[in-house]
Amino acid sequence: MSTTHMNTHDAHEAGAHHDEHHDTGGNTVFGFWLYLMTDCLLFASVFATYAVLFMNTAGGVSGKDIFELDFVLAETAALLVSSITYGFALICAFRKNKKGTLSWLAVTFLLGAIFIAMEIYEFHHLIVNGHGPQASAFLSAFFTLVGTHGLHVTAGLIWMFIMMIEVTKTGLTGRAVTRLSCLSLFWHFLDVVWICVFTVVYLMGAI
Amino acid sequence: MSDHSSEAHSHGSVKSYIVGFIWSVILTGIPFWMVMTEAFDKGPTYITIIVLAVIQIFVHLKYFLHLNFSEQGKLDTYSFIFSAVIIVMVVALSVWIIYASNAMMM
Repeated sequence: MSTTHMNTHDAHEAGAHHDEHHDTGGNTVFGFWLYLMTDCLLFASVFATYAVLFMNTAGGVSGKDIFELDFVLAETAALLVSSITYGFALICAFRKNKKGTLSWLAVTFLLGAIFIAMEIYEFHHLIVNGHGPQASAFLSAFFTLVGTHGLHVTAGLIWMFIMMIEVTKTGLTGRAVTRLSCLSLFWHFLDVVWICVFTVVYLMGAI
Repeated sequence: MSDHSSEAHSHGSVKSYIVGFIWSVILTGIPFWMVMTEAFDKGPTYITIIVLAVIQIFVHLKYFLHLNFSEQGKLDTYSFIFSAVIIVMVVALSVWIIYASNAMMM
């Protein structure tokens, strides 16, 4: 984005406008990043709770009894692939490629939906077998931690759906690209949290 | 000067996303393989999966969240480092305190 092709007067005007517009977008993305940092603290507290409570199974099941790692691996794969497909959607958005953006967003949405569907299945399976959150401190902490992440992913899916409608209706405006940039941070941030979840909860629980 | 934008801030190339993705697949695959096949003793397995998770977090921060120390990106990085310090204090100290008090009541 350079203003060098314009004559001095135009460059000054367009440049001033341009900067103002972009600084606002940059500030929005930075502000959203700061929100994500506070969200980190929320997850840190829930992780600390889990670390303190996970051995208190009240004579019931422990992680080793209920975690099915191949299932978790499939969930992880869905989320990981959705990270790169969202990256492609964002690159298309910066190149003003509306069709590409919408297609990659749709793929990402689908992968996110698969992840959430699998998590709901897992929770349902545990609850009908009597391993609901009320059964022990371990299960309370487990449902809180994994459920908090799942709620975030669900919020991300709703946001993504709304962005798909916005981009379809009004195209890739500066505002839409800023919003997509924020959603990008949100989506990749949730992937980072999931790395901690599958390592601390599932893998360390199943060893 | 107009590159101080959300574009420079969160822009990656197709190549950098693919590099990050390949790293993530490797760094996710190894710990799952180690735990699922039980190929190693518990101690080394714990240490390896924690180390690989930390490396994978850095891979995601670099390739997907585009954290860097450039002029326009360093505020994001500093705010992340600040949060990371707080997180280590919240999690590590909580666990330390609770486990120590648990041990004292035994």
